[in-house]
Amino acid sequence: MSTQASRAAARLMISPSVILLFLWMAVPLGMTLWFSFQRYNLLMPGQGGFVGFDNYKYFLTDPAFFTALWNTLALVGGVLLITVFGGILLALLLDQAIYGQGIVRVLVIAPFFVMPTVSALVWKNMLYNPVNGIFAYIAEFFGFQPYDFLAHSPLLSITLIVAWQWLPFATLILLTALQSLDSEQLEAAEMDGAGALSRFFYIMVPHLARAATVVILIQTIFLLSTFAEILVTTNGGPGIASTTLTYLVYVQSLLQFDVGGGAAGGVVAVILANIVAIFLMRMIGKNLET
Amino acid sequence: MGQIELKGVTKRFGDVEVIPPLDLHIGEGEFVVFVGPSGCGKSTLLRLIAGLEDVSGGHIEIDGQDATDLPPAKRSLAMVFQSYALYPHMSVRKNIAFPLKMAKADQATIDAKIENAARILNLTDYLHRRPGQLSGGQRQRVAIGRAIVREPAAFLFDEPLSNLDAALRVNMRLEISELHQKLKTTMVYVTHDQVEAMTMADKIVVLHAGVIEQVGSPLELYRSPRNKFVAGFIGSPKMNFIEGPEAAKHNAHTIGIRPEHIGISSTEGAWKGTVGVSEHLGSDTFLHVDTEFGLINVRGDGEVGLHAGDSVWLTPDLAQLHKFNADGKAI
Repeated sequence: MSTQASRAAARLMISPSVILLFLWMAVPLGMTLWFSFQRYNLLMPGQGGFVGFDNYKYFLTDPAFFTALWNTLALVGGVLLITVFGGILLALLLDQAIYGQGIVRVLVIAPFFVMPTVSALVWKNMLYNPVNGIFAYIAEFFGFQPYDFLAHSPLLSITLIVAWQWLPFATLILLTALQSLDSEQLEAAEMDGAGALSRFFYIMVPHLARAATVVILIQTIFLLSTFAEILVTTNGGPGIASTTLTYLVYVQSLLQFDVGGGAAGGVVAVILANIVAIFLMRMIGKNLET
Repeated sequence: MGQIELKGVTKRFGDVEVIPPLDLHIGEGEFVVFVGPSGCGKSTLLRLIAGLEDVSGGHIEIDGQDATDLPPAKRSLAMVFQSYALYPHMSVRKNIAFPLKMAKADQATIDAKIENAARILNLTDYLHRRPGQLSGGQRQRVAIGRAIVREPAAFLFDEPLSNLDAALRVNMRLEISELHQKLKTTMVYVTHDQVEAMTMADKIVVLHAGVIEQVGSPLELYRSPRNKFVAGFIGSPKMNFIEGPEAAKHNAHTIGIRPEHIGISSTEGAWKGTVGVSEHLGSDTFLHVDTEFGLINVRGDGEVGLHAGDSVWLTPDLAQLHKFNADGKAI
């Protein structure tokens, strides 16, 4: 790839894929931007036209907006907290040599392969259900009043479901990171007088920092768009108690048939996601430097 | 401070006995080298002394106290690992400070000890760097620095030079020897390289399949190897072994003669041969000579003008002849 001709040929060869990828990204984004400045309500087909920033104004002044924003951050933050800390603990456990290691590892990974709608249904009907659910059964067994999770603390309940789904992912990445830790480092620390806790905090945790960063970045991207679990379990309710930005956009465009408003919400969500991403990169991105 | 006594130390992995019961005394201030081919149990033995492996039997005494069941940190030993095992996320300063921090030393003591160690090891300019930004030799010195600050009863080195290139290895070899003279602390050093063993050790322990073949000073091992294994392992190039009628002439099953104890002549001598390969190093010439007993290595001075295909006569120096019986024991 050194001569000018070969470099030109290379550019020509890769240009179709680059153009395709660019269109793939640019066209939907462009259409969303376009719709967000239009009056476009499916219930009023005749009325169209440019409305400036009205759609944005309505979306941002919607009483549900700040609740949704807060709910989104709480959901993402909660899931990250549970998966990173739980993942480290599970990885430490799975790193031990135990009988039936292979089977245990497959079982741990299993939740990741269950599709979100299914797992949400299972949690809703078999675990959380205040009449038939396992949690209700356990509560009754000990003589407590069953707790209606989805009605009384809907956001926490959804956070738990999503965390359950993402825990295997975090565990897997952290486990491989743990296994790549040079055992001589641990032995050196042991010789240096570090107890098990010191070894964990001074040697393992710094070694896991990079893997944890990857887990946080990737999960944040996916968690910001959590939708199926909310739709299946609470429909954003009770009231708007478990409505996130993603769900609010859905409500705007598909329940209220306001495509323009939904598009504006989508753009707002994209901007907020980027702000979160910038903060994340600032805070933990330095871990990715060598 | 710094005596280590092994009494009947045994190590088994499952049913495999890696180290049969073994006794060894390491005296105060000695530089002891464990040497042997790979898989001979020398690293395992070092790890047993360090406490990183549990003994399957026997006792380890350090400074007269039973240390068999003590955890590694309590044995007042410091170890330098083959991979250096530096903590990659800590600066050189923090790496060296780590054992002191674990021992809850106060900051003034830590600083003083780091400055001292850095001065001894020429690391003063690198204290703020991370291990990833250092060369192999510097990393090695940081690992040694981490060991020094603990002021241990003995240093344990596990093949510390095997990751360095040849020139650096010679340098570090010298530095470790100088360090030993400076600190006068007991050092136990594991290597598979007999040159390292010969140049550095006060006492060499030759191990083979977990068994101590011989213990002695480098020259003792060179002059009077107790058996064929030690004879072949110590010395470079290797000793030549000849069996059969020629050995029977000397009332032995096998005779051994070192390459440097064979005289070379182009006109007369005891054994006749043809030069196969000749390696001219300038100072020395190594000749691989085909004889009726097989290939014999000979070391001549740099001016030997012999080349492949030349006829040559070899005369062993009978005073330097080693004789072995059928079991490989020296007689």
